[in-house]
Formats: sequence, structure tokens, C-alpha cells
Amino acid sequence: MISTGTMLLIAIPLGVLAWMIGRGRARQVSAASGERLHSLPSQHGAFVAVAALTPAVLLVVFWMIFGDSLIAREVLANIPADSRPATELDRSSFLSEVEGLVSGTYARAFSPLAEQGARDWVVIEQRYSMLVGSAALALALLGGLWGWTRIRPSFRARTRVENIVMLVLIVASLVAILTTFGIVASLIFESMRFFSKVSPIEFLFGTHWAPESGTYGSGSFGAVPLFWGTVFIGAIIAMIVAIPLGLMTAIYLTQYAAPSFRGIAKPVLEVLAGVPTVVYGFFAALVVAPAVRDFAISIGIPNASSESALAAGLVMGIMIIPFISSMADDALAAVPGAMRDGSYAMGATRSETIRRVLIPAALPGIVGGVLLAVSRAIGETMIVVMAAGLAARLTANPFDSVTTVTVQIVGLLTGDQEFDSAKTQSAFALGLVLFLVTLALNVYALAIVKKYREAYD
Amino acid sequence: MIDGAPPVSPAAPTDWNTPAMQARIRRRYRSEKIFRAMGALAVFVAAAFLVILLFTIVATGWNSFRQTEILVPVTFDAVALGVTAEQVHADPEALANANYPAVINQSVARTYGAGVTLVSDGAWLQIREMIEDDPGLIGQTRDLWLITTSNLDQLAKGAIDLDISEDDRPVSDAEVALWQKLDNDGRLRTGLNHNFLTGADSVDPELAGIWGALKGSLLTMLVTLLLSFPIGIMTAIYLEEFAPRNVWTDMIEVSINNLAAVPSIIFGLLGLAVFLNTMGMPRSAPLVGGLTLALMTLPVIVIASRSAIKAVPPSVRDAALGIGASRVQVVFHHVLPLAMPGMLTGTILGMARALGETAPLLMIGMRAFMTSVPQGLTAPATVLPVQVFIWSDNVARGFVEKTSGAIIVLLVLLLAINGLAIYFRDRLEVRW
Repeated sequence: MISTGTMLLIAIPLGVLAWMIGRGRARQVSAASGERLHSLPSQHGAFVAVAALTPAVLLVVFWMIFGDSLIAREVLANIPADSRPATELDRSSFLSEVEGLVSGTYARAFSPLAEQGARDWVVIEQRYSMLVGSAALALALLGGLWGWTRIRPSFRARTRVENIVMLVLIVASLVAILTTFGIVASLIFESMRFFSKVSPIEFLFGTHWAPESGTYGSGSFGAVPLFWGTVFIGAIIAMIVAIPLGLMTAIYLTQYAAPSFRGIAKPVLEVLAGVPTVVYGFFAALVVAPAVRDFAISIGIPNASSESALAAGLVMGIMIIPFISSMADDALAAVPGAMRDGSYAMGATRSETIRRVLIPAALPGIVGGVLLAVSRAIGETMIVVMAAGLAARLTANPFDSVTTVTVQIVGLLTGDQEFDSAKTQSAFALGLVLFLVTLALNVYALAIVKKYREAYD
Repeated sequence: MIDGAPPVSPAAPTDWNTPAMQARIRRRYRSEKIFRAMGALAVFVAAAFLVILLFTIVATGWNSFRQTEILVPVTFDAVALGVTAEQVHADPEALANANYPAVINQSVARTYGAGVTLVSDGAWLQIREMIEDDPGLIGQTRDLWLITTSNLDQLAKGAIDLDISEDDRPVSDAEVALWQKLDNDGRLRTGLNHNFLTGADSVDPELAGIWGALKGSLLTMLVTLLLSFPIGIMTAIYLEEFAPRNVWTDMIEVSINNLAAVPSIIFGLLGLAVFLNTMGMPRSAPLVGGLTLALMTLPVIVIASRSAIKAVPPSVRDAALGIGASRVQVVFHHVLPLAMPGMLTGTILGMARALGETAPLLMIGMRAFMTSVPQGLTAPATVLPVQVFIWSDNVARGFVEKTSGAIIVLLVLLLAINGLAIYFRDRLEVRW
């Protein structure tokens, strides 16, 4: 039996062979007729290879996508009509059992019907893949032969091949548009289904969040506590940590530090930026959260939670430091040197120059960087999932546990999967809000940064 | 304008030696020093956090590479096993129903007394292989080092604080006394943890391994690389070298810049809605994980590749065009080879980001509890960062060190990848 993967692998030597034959033929034709070729022999070779492979590979890819459903239909047709699974649900569970048996995931069948089905499946798959394999080979031969006959000195093989290359490049660049479209479409589609069950007003302005209760439309999908938690951790606590530390780091490294010190400190910041967020999350849960709780107890705050907004916000702030630092770095570097020199010439000290000249001049760039950092912080998932908890609460007490949009998305979608409930669809509605807010923040921040750069250029 | 400056008359030059002026200069210099110290403090705080983070991880994690074993004279008793040597000789399949755990339990009870749990629930796996290799062992006795329980393992490695009261720690005083006796008798040894390096996840911390997740990560990265690298550089080539200025090109550019800033969890939602629910691809599979991460990494690669292409001077293009090369030939024969090191650096950095990514993979079900090493691109698997997340959620004491151990493996891998990127950047990149 030939798998589709093997077929695609065979295509590679086949293509090389077609290329060599085409190249040889082009040389031969040119030598025989004594005319100069319009295109190089290797371009004729490439044309033959493309002509041979394109139809064959398309057939195999088509088979890869639709083959299983074709086989499934035949397997079902083979079962005597009276014992054939009747409903759509029965059919899909029967087929998944058969596929499990065929792939070896299940050691033995639960039903004799599935065992028979698995045997049928193997036979039918073998027959079809032989058929598809030989058809693909025949197509490759035919295509190659057609390409071969086209070779003559005046044939513009280069133009043809280059047009195909351009087509491939254009298709590749459409992937980005398709991804954006896929994100927007899937978020909007699922959100629409959610909003047909729960009103958008309740979702956006309700203050009670309890999707687990499962009672739809009775006020259990109010996302305001989530929005508050996200803002509280990502835009308030994390920024209180990250803005002064990031800004001062950038100032110290660009204005004060000796080059040798900068050579050590810069990689440290890069490592800080490169540590995966799940590692920060683990550290927050293992070290920072207990420390914060002990501190809260020691200053007499009752029922301090071990999953506090403060612990998650602190660690997230540290994570954001390199980001703010590099944005501030860029903004400070863009301030014209004449402004700084003028300030020094007036007798100002370095810190006076920084505080009264450089920072005000770089402020738009710094604000833009901070907005980008906020957008990153509110979309950050693992730290809050591991350290912030699930309690949807409207509280300004940093020692209390709050939840965020991303925590809820993870919580709603990683349990049991019943895909059509309002519970799972609400995750997509939350995703839509997150997507729109981060998008708006990014567009606005980039506009500020761009405008400010132009002002000094 | 400096605060607190006394009014000076234009005629008389400022006398810097008056006490008021001296005090003012001292004040300004003091605030200068404070400001500078604050800057140094900020750098110090960031560096200190990193040091504490790495120290905590290494201090708790290095133990996961070690394992405690206990010396047990194991008697391969035919009665306990339920199979005799003769039966095995007649039919090797007879071992399929052999009761290995009974052999272990009997041997432990004979040496250390009944009613104590000393060896891991998985220790019988060690003797299964021995008997399968040599059925002649049945009826004989061998001194074997067996994997201990997680509690004993933690005690032997000193991971449990014995100063706190019995109620607050996971082991009882009786267990501590037992461990001290075993340790004094030389019955325990601590060696390299083979299970951790070669196994997959398990419910028992002493049996859990990282190889399953590591292989899952490698398979996922393979899919990501194979998709995002060619598509990324082709997009970059098109946009930099060929794209006409029109609405489509603008749309592509806006899409790429926005995708680079979309939170990673949104890509997980995309993968769940499109790849799993619409296309019906298998849950938890490295194929789907790789596809999702490829879409996430694509903008990173495109942006890096575009700047690498931009850095190739126009004179190279002009020279090639001047001697009759077509535009496609110029790009593929001249621009692409010169831009390749920069493109590779960008790709490697994108891969490093994808390797540490957790949230989108949780969305597509790579949180599966996998006790076997994944065998293919469509088999259920988990990846390193998700394994870290799963273990960090586990309450058993032994999993804390396993979590840190998994993080060490992840960080070492990231360090190696970034080292490769630095190599490409420093050695191969052409400066113009």
C-alpha cells in the first residue's frame, strides 16, 4: 500500500528526472537545428518538471483531503442496511472507532461491526490508493510528455516558468490575508451564535459572571468583572511595575552606563524577554504568590488569597520591562542631539537634561510604547492562568483574587467539549473583545509613534 | 530654567561662592546622584529578578535528573509470578499474564517487612524486561536497585523540610524514621534518572518523563518550520521585490503587521474553530499545533525577511539586470542568497518564540495526559511548555521538581536555538 506521503515523496525524484530529461532535450533540439534557444536548457527542464508534477500533485492533494470521506462512504455502504448506524451521531462514532482500529489507536474493537468495518476500510483504502497512485503516475507521464513536445528553440520556457513562480509567490502572500480573515470570521461567527442566546448589552455591561451555572439569559454572562480584572492586572499593576523600571533601565543604559556595563545588561534584558511566559507563570505561582500572601497576612489583611492580582501583576510587570525599555530606548535615541547639547550648554546636569528635555521631547514615543505594552499585557495568558485564579470579582484590593479575559477563555475551552453551548461560545465573544481592544491599542500606538518619528525627521 | 534661582541683576556676574549658590549646586548634584542611583537600581531589580528566577528553577529542578533507588533482593518466585520457567520455554506468550507486581511486593515484604510502601508502583516494569530477556531467572534471586516511592525519593534528595511539624509536610514521622534507617544501612542510592530522560508523563512523579513532551515539541516545530519558513520568505520576496502598489498589497501589509501584534491565544481560538471544528483535524495532534504556531510565526518571519531583503544594496540588482538577467533571476540568483542569513536569523528567533508558546496549544487540546511517547504527526501529543503547565497544576510534591526539570530542558533548548541565531547573525550575515 502506498500512503499519500510516499506519493508526494516520489514526486521529488520524478521532478528531478523530468527536469534532466527536459534540459537534455532542449540541448539536443538546439544542436540538431543549429538555432539558438530562447531560454536556457535548465529553464526548459523546469518547464517540463512543472508540467509533469502539477496535475499529479494536485490529484494526490485532492485525495489527501477527500480520500477518507470517500472510503468512509463505501465502508458504510458495505454494512447490511438493517444494522447500518442510522443517525449522524452514530455514524460518526462508528467511523471514529473504525479509524481508531485502522490506525492502531484502539487495540481491539468494542463492536463486531466496527471490526468488520476496519477490515473493509483497509481493503478499500488499498484499492483506492493503488488507483490514485497509478492515476497520478499516468498524469505525471502525460504532463511530462506534453511539456517535452513543446520544447523547440523559439519556445519561451523562461517566461512560462517565471509566471508560475510569480503565481506561487502571490498565493503564499495571500496566506496572511487568509489568516486575518479566518480569525475575524471565526470570532464573529461564534460570537453571533453566542449573542443570539445572550444579549450583547448583558455581556458587555453585566456584572455577574458564572458561565458554569449554565442558566442562559438569566444574567450569568456579565463580563464586566473580567474586563476589570484584565485592566487591573495588565494595565494598572503591571504598568506600575514596568513603566518606572523599564523607563529608568532605558535611561540608565543609554545615558549613564559605560559600554562594558551595557554589554552585560543588554543580554540580561534580552534573556528576560526570551523566557517563555509559562516559566514566569510557574515562578509567580511557586514563589511570588506565597510571598505576597505572607506579606498580606503580616500586615493584617484578612483572608488573603494565594492567587492574588498583585502576584500576577508583579510578575507580568517584570516580563514587560524589556519591552518598555526597548521602546523608550528608541524614543530617546530619536530626540535630536542638538536639544541635549543645548541643555548641557545652559549648565543643566545630566538628570536635569533627561527629566526636562529628553523625556518631554520623547514623550509621544514613550506613550506609544506603553500602549503597545498594555496591549501585550492584556493579551498575556499563561501568567494569569497560573497565578490569578478564576474568581470573577469586582474588587480593587490587590491581595484579592481576580480573573481575566484570557483566563476565562482557557477555562471555558479546556474542559469537556460541548461545542454548541453558550458557555463555550462565550469564550469566542471574549476573544472578539480581546482582539478588537488589542487591535485598537496597536493601531493607535503605532500611529502615535509614527507621527512622533516624523516630527523629528 | 532651574527652580529656586535667586534673581540676578544683568550687570553683576553671578557669585558662585555665596553660601546660597553653593547650597543650590550641592542640591542639584545630590538630585543628580539620586537619579543615577535610581537608574542603576532599576537595572539591578530586573537582573536580580532574573537571577532569582533562574536560581529557583535550577535549585528545584536539578533533582529531577536524579532518582533514588532501593536495594531489594528480588526472588523471581514462580508461584507469585503465576508462570513457571517450563511454561515460558514451551510458550513465550505465557509471560503476557505474569503477575510481576506480586513478585516485587513479596520480595519487598520479605526483606523490609509487610505493610510498608517502599518501591514505586512502576518498579515491576524493571523486572518485566529482565524476565522477558531471560526466562531462566524464574526461581532465582537477584539483588536489584528498584525505583523508590516519590516520598522516599524526596526525602533522600533532601527536598522536604524536616523542621516543620508533621501535619504540614507530606511525609509522616514514621516515614522519616524509616528513611533514616534505610539510609544508614546503605540501602539507598541516588543516580541518574533514566525515566525522566526517556519516558513520557505518568500519574506517579517518580515515573514521569520529559522525552514524550520533548518529542511532541520537536514534531510540532518541524511542522511549523516546514510551513512558515517557505511561505514567510515567499511573502517577503513578493512584497519587497514584485508587489505593485495597490489595494491588495496594502491589505497584505496591514494583515501582516496586525497579525504580529495579535495575542497568541487568539491564534488558538482560530485553530480550534477552523482546524478542529470546521476541517475535522485530530485534537491534540502535533500537525494542528504546528499549523497554528506556523500562522503565529509567519508575520515574524515575513518582517525579518523583508528587512534582510531591504538590506541588499540596489547596486547588486542593477548589475544583474544590466547583464541581462530577468527580475526573477535577479531575486533568486543574487538577492535571495545574500539575504538568506538574515532570513534564517529571523526564522530561528520566530521558532524560539513558537517553542515557548503555551496558550494557543491549550486551545487545540494539547493538554492531553500522554503516558506514551508520540509516534507521529497526527497522534495525540503534548509539548514542553504545556507539560510544564500540566505538572505545575499537579498537587503531588514530587511534581514541583519535575516542573522545574522540564523548564530546565526548555530553557536549554531555547538557549541552543538562540545561540544558533547569534551564530548566523555574527558569522554569515553580510554587512554593506
